[in-house]
Amino acid sequence: MKVGVVTFPGSNCDADARYASQLIGAEVVQLWHKDPSIPSDLDLVILPGGFSFGDYLRTGAIARFSPIMPSVVEFANRGGLVVGICNGFQILCETGLLPGALIRNENLSFICKDVHLRIENTQTAFTSAAEQNVLRIPIAHGDGRYTASPEVIDELERTGRVLFRYVNEGGEQTPNANPNGSMNDIAGIINERGNVMGMMPHPERAIEPLLGSDDGMAVFASMAAYVNALSETTA
Amino acid sequence: MKLYQAKVTVTLRKSILDVQGKTVEHALHSLHMPALSNVRIGKHIELSVHAPDKDRAFELADDACKKLLTNPVMEDYSIEIFEPSTNGVPA
Repeated sequence: MKVGVVTFPGSNCDADARYASQLIGAEVVQLWHKDPSIPSDLDLVILPGGFSFGDYLRTGAIARFSPIMPSVVEFANRGGLVVGICNGFQILCETGLLPGALIRNENLSFICKDVHLRIENTQTAFTSAAEQNVLRIPIAHGDGRYTASPEVIDELERTGRVLFRYVNEGGEQTPNANPNGSMNDIAGIINERGNVMGMMPHPERAIEPLLGSDDGMAVFASMAAYVNALSETTA
Repeated sequence: MKLYQAKVTVTLRKSILDVQGKTVEHALHSLHMPALSNVRIGKHIELSVHAPDKDRAFELADDACKKLLTNPVMEDYSIEIFEPSTNGVPA
């Protein structure tokens, strides 16, 4: 498995994303936002968290025009796995690979804490290997309130594209469990084809018990299982 | 070619809760200004636009809004075009 992690000016979770990818046995390639293309043999591209271009104008608004982005879009359109975490999710929304937008948290605060996520669809490339239904993973964002038109929200719900929802420790949706005011408690979604995923919480920061949780490995292990199964069928 | 000034105002779409506006509204009310309501907070962007006429200047600014300056999923915008010599009075 070969993973490319894109670094933008202001990315700060790229090293964590590379480290988490190494834990699932992947060969990891460091990509720079000015690269004109991505290696042709990648299985997964990660847009990591951070504050690309200082979050100027809007989160992700400038990063989406980075020279590397057309090849990331093309890779996604060919069916390649693309994951956006936190700022990466914001970039994917600005790019149009995922619907909706992430806007200022309802309480206007930057929130950095562990949250609980319920996996809403286990039949995806990002969740199939999860052994538990509820994950404890940290968030760290000021602009994480997922917003979309009622039509888009309805479509996401009807088609199983809401991947993660903020819940309490017991796995129940409550007003207090939603940290940022996201519509329908949405923490992560996938595209129609199921190969592009965006989430505000940071699975790459929850990959070893030493970090307080290794629940984030569920996401990375699922992607590894998906890629390995794919290469066995094509081999 | 003339050098027009464009002023772009960006606000959250009406359907989206503007939490900054709400917070400021509460603050105004606690300052005993109950007559003030519907506070909306947005962004103000100024640009110079090289264009042969005012319509073209508007088109260029509008293009910039659609491509980069605003996100239609969450924001509305309006554009005013000024002639440089008019000291801020709409052309």
